[in-house]
Amino acid sequence: MLEINNLHVKLEEEDKVILRGVDLLVKPGEVHAIMGPNGSGKSTLSYVLSGRGGYQVTEGSARLDGQDLLAMEPEERAAAGLFLAFQYPVEIPGVGNMTFLRTALNAQRKAQGLDDLSAGDFLKLVREKAKALKIDAEMLKRPVNVGFSGGEKKRNEILQMAVLEPKMCILDETDSGLDVDAMKLVADGVNALRNGRRSFLVITHYQRLLDHIKPDVVHIMAAGRIIRSGGPDLALEVEHNGYADLLAEVK
Amino acid sequence: MALAEAKRATLAARTAGLTVVSEGWLGTARAAARARLAAMGLPARRDEYWRYTDPTSLTAADPSPARVDGEEEETPVFTAIDRVKLVFVDGVFDAKASDDPRLAGVEIERLAEAAARPGHWARDLFGVLEARGQSPVDRPLATMNTAYATDGVLIRATARARKPISLIYIHKSETSDAILHHCIKVETGADLTVLENGPAAARFCKVMEVEVADGGSFHHVRAQGPDHERRAVTHVFARLGARSMFKSFTLTANGRLTRNEVVIELAGADSMAHVAGATMGDGDFHHDDTVFVTHAAERCESRQVFKKVLKNGAVGVFQGKILVKAGAQKTDGYQISQSLLLDEDSQFLAKPELEIYADDVKCSHGSTSGAIDETALFYLQSRGVPKRAAQALLVLAFLSEAIQEIDDEAIAEDIRGRLEGWLNRHAR
Ligand SMILES: Nc1ncnc2c1ncn2[C@@H]1O[C@H](COP(=O)(O)OP(=O)(O)OP(=O)(O)O)[C@@H](O)[C@H]1O
Ligand SMILES: [Mg+2]
Repeated sequence: MLEINNLHVKLEEEDKVILRGVDLLVKPGEVHAIMGPNGSGKSTLSYVLSGRGGYQVTEGSARLDGQDLLAMEPEERAAAGLFLAFQYPVEIPGVGNMTFLRTALNAQRKAQGLDDLSAGDFLKLVREKAKALKIDAEMLKRPVNVGFSGGEKKRNEILQMAVLEPKMCILDETDSGLDVDAMKLVADGVNALRNGRRSFLVITHYQRLLDHIKPDVVHIMAAGRIIRSGGPDLALEVEHNGYADLLAEVK
Repeated sequence: MALAEAKRATLAARTAGLTVVSEGWLGTARAAARARLAAMGLPARRDEYWRYTDPTSLTAADPSPARVDGEEEETPVFTAIDRVKLVFVDGVFDAKASDDPRLAGVEIERLAEAAARPGHWARDLFGVLEARGQSPVDRPLATMNTAYATDGVLIRATARARKPISLIYIHKSETSDAILHHCIKVETGADLTVLENGPAAARFCKVMEVEVADGGSFHHVRAQGPDHERRAVTHVFARLGARSMFKSFTLTANGRLTRNEVVIELAGADSMAHVAGATMGDGDFHHDDTVFVTHAAERCESRQVFKKVLKNGAVGVFQGKILVKAGAQKTDGYQISQSLLLDEDSQFLAKPELEIYADDVKCSHGSTSGAIDETALFYLQSRGVPKRAAQALLVLAFLSEAIQEIDDEAIAEDIRGRLEGWLNRHAR
């Protein structure tokens, strides 16, 4: 599904290197978690995979089902099935949430050679997904993320994911800022999308989320590299001991 | 003070070919306007009020020719709206192309026809609001219009009009030079919508005087037409009675030069005036919104919302003023002017002003200039929206506060349609 090889990334405008050789292989249906200290490059990895500007790949590759992600526009990556739930979802005043969702869905359908979803079918689809995430209809009428609480923004990301049905989902700290109940809702939303083929890359600081979304593999990222990979136990180890031991080991 | 020789010469040259013989009250009003104009002269670049917009092409003896691009490529507006169409071709009323002007609760006449009738209601309006609007700033092109307008309509609404009056300005001749003057009176409790669209002429000078009596409502939506090379200067002079409402929205796309002046006097208590504009300019495009709102009564509300999207060297200007007179307590005045610059060659010049002589008022104004929000653009793209469409969405979002000033949803939808069409054609 997702295959990252020796990925090196620096900032375009500065000589600052952020990723220093990331290797990662996520197979269809798998859930991988990435943990790691602040500033280690987790969000950068997710941005580079989804095509945000400002970064320069100096070495390495990233492929989605064999397609060279790095050669594609962000919208092409989305149409190819990649989705990033942002750590900081973006507010877009003046663009209604529904317009946004519908434009996105129909753009992806078009890229896949499908007709637009009718207004009625679209409404039904969104209502159903929103209900499961306990997002009320009023919120959908508002401009994208404007005036949403932190938790509402995160739930809105999952709603988009549920509507767009990507095959490779990257969740960047979707659990941060969520109360216990909301975290459960979000985890349920993610688990509902698991179907044996769809893959997930879950970036998180807390083991708690991984109690709900059981990962197959846990990676630890530090200073732009994956320094350790292991099973779910690795997350527990981090929860108890922090990163000090792991970092020392690498040195 | 003697008028500078240069100004006198400009005025003489500009008005040389303009001869209008009017009878009755109209003749009197025109003679008075000619005298006022002679004292003022035409605007020149040095004039403070024309600092950001060069009036030369508007005051030149002859219009610069303007190619007729036609409406074909522009997304049509108002076509599905049930309306009374009044068509002007290069500034001349075309009765054949127009609808039967009979509409319950509304009187529609041609300016020239009304002149013969003594005591006509328009006598108290024609040139009257224009003259009131000359203080504290001269607006000589409006006075010239009063003196020399060749055509125009007089519309008086005495009840709620069942459908809008739609003024359509067709541009056919590459060298047409049109001067139109309309007067609109909305009587107590009446409600009228006036739509305007079309480029009108190679050079267009228009005045619209609007009196809204106590409890009346007036809606105005215009789409200043395509024809990239046209030039226009327009004026709206409005006076509002107590508890009345005035709403005006203008969409401008294309046009080498456009100066839209709006002068509003909130004369009766508890009245409300909203003026909004959405502008999109690409390339050789200069657009100027000059607005002057005077609060002369208590508890009135005014809003000015102007948004401009500029690219490839287009220039946008906003001069907006809120004047709150002594005694106009509990005034609520709002003004915002913003530009979205799609590249570094484009320019937005803004001069927002507040002048307040009452102590219990709420007034705010703001002006910003910015580029497209790259983060929002990426967010949209990351959801699969192609870059162009994402940009268009963000541009529409930027303009939405102005478009929201249109009350009628079907009309607003038309305006959005034209905007989208323009954005598609002008995508990089
Ligand atoms: N556009 C940028 N400009 C400057 N520095 C940047 C930029 N993007 C990332 N960085 C820097 O790169 C490093 C990695 O940032 P990144 O956001 O990827 O970390 P992270 O692992 O997601 O951290 P956190 O756990 O706090 O979210 C940080 O030092 C950050 O300051
Ligand atoms: Mg991060």
